[in-house]
Amino acid sequence: MFRNQYDTDVTTWSPAGRLFQVEYAMEAVKQGSAAIGLRSKTHVILASVNKANSELSSHQKKIFKVDDHIGVAIAGLTADGRVLSRYMRTECINYSYSYESPLPVGRLVVQLADKAQVCTQRSWKRPYGVGLLVGGLDESGAHLYYNCPSGNYFEYQAFAIGSRSQAAKTYLERKFETFMESSRESLLKDALFALRETLQGEKLTSSNCTVAVVGVGEAFHTLDKETIQALINEFEIAGEDAPAEVPEEAASDEPAAPEEGAAPADEGAAPMDI
Amino acid sequence: MNVMDSAPAKSSLMSPESDIQRTQFPYVTGTSVVGIKYKDGILLAADMGGSYGSTIRYKSVERLKPVGKHSLLGASGEISDFQEIMKYLDELILYDNMWDDGNSLGPKEVHNYLTRVMYNRRNKFNPLWNSLVLGGVKNGQKYLGTVSMIGVHYEDNHVATGFGNHLARPILRDEWHENLSYEEGVKLLEKCMRVLLYRDRSAVNKLQIAKITEEGVTISQPYSLKTFWNFSAFQNPTVGAEGSW
Repeated sequence: MFRNQYDTDVTTWSPAGRLFQVEYAMEAVKQGSAAIGLRSKTHVILASVNKANSELSSHQKKIFKVDDHIGVAIAGLTADGRVLSRYMRTECINYSYSYESPLPVGRLVVQLADKAQVCTQRSWKRPYGVGLLVGGLDESGAHLYYNCPSGNYFEYQAFAIGSRSQAAKTYLERKFETFMESSRESLLKDALFALRETLQGEKLTSSNCTVAVVGVGEAFHTLDKETIQALINEFEIAGEDAPAEVPEEAASDEPAAPEEGAAPADEGAAPMDI
Repeated sequence: MNVMDSAPAKSSLMSPESDIQRTQFPYVTGTSVVGIKYKDGILLAADMGGSYGSTIRYKSVERLKPVGKHSLLGASGEISDFQEIMKYLDELILYDNMWDDGNSLGPKEVHNYLTRVMYNRRNKFNPLWNSLVLGGVKNGQKYLGTVSMIGVHYEDNHVATGFGNHLARPILRDEWHENLSYEEGVKLLEKCMRVLLYRDRSAVNKLQIAKITEEGVTISQPYSLKTFWNFSAFQNPTVGAEGSW
């Protein structure tokens, strides 16, 4: 019936010092379809894979505009993600009411993390089952954060969450060092390449992904279908049947990056470290 | 008020509102504040009088205060309300610093915050009885604005409160320009303060001038202006004014 005797309650410790319910919530993030984010000095790109629940339904929205300068991409329980994005919108709007200036991204992320943390310390609550990539621009430049159900948050150059995100992470790890100086266009290109890595036996098209941009002189917005398709065509990213090799870096020096399946390498570790 | 007094039975129907104490009128007040932009930042001037009604009861009231690293606040009106406002602002700045993340509230943010506080209090029919001038510099941006007791706010190159609006601003409109040096700025403010001293009965001849630039805030020691009262019109001002004493 139970996986073990310490996982019936969020607030119950295991003797090994783990909180199983919190770890299960972290698993929920991995079940969701992938979302990726990357940034340069001036821009942040968020991108996600759209998966419809059934042949008959449309897909759920995974990227939300929070304010002109902040947006989120989510993986995990979409419903929880919407609640949290609404909270973030409220915080932003209240801040601009009081100070007539945009809420610094780092502060919003801390508030969000504190909100998630409370759920890990109250017996009558449950942790949020969603991971959020928060991208935004403020006085100190472009930022990308990852917020997880455990209440932890991290700042990244580039990151991917959700199912098969390891493949995208591998791609990003190989290239992130150049991102800081990247132009908006090459950042978009890397976003689409990374996103393609998370697709299995499927072509990347404008109808199975969402891409959003925020940057200097550019309020947060999701790109429309035509723009995305044009980018895919331009870079010949579609993939699958195309020679999966990325033109300029022939994936040679790297010993075949550990694919998705290798993710369980960290299975034993407490996921809170992620 | 009189209606309520004559019908005490009814006043309980008005409770709890009828029990609330509000500032119906100010007690100790400070008079005008004048502020200008100059080449490197902002200059503010205010005298140090504190009037109890029409009695000038206090002579060393500091009405220019720094707010965080980037802002400077000058206040006229109720002195205790100003002290309350400073309490709010010091707390605001403290909590802002506690984030310790490199972000800080600039003059624009503080000005907007003050506007919200003032307007909110007037909506409770319990205004903070002040006119405020907020100046500051952040990231090379100069900022100068004002908020009134009911939340009216605007920015300008030169601002003034109370009598200053009538007596100082016409001078500033004529003589202010973008590239005033510090010395020229001080001179211009002293000209304004001298006119105010002559014509505003609440003004006292002890003033401070405060400066804020990218480097920070400096508030001068109190000092006096040279005055000349021996004009014949001052000797017997009511001569020829029939019916006055």
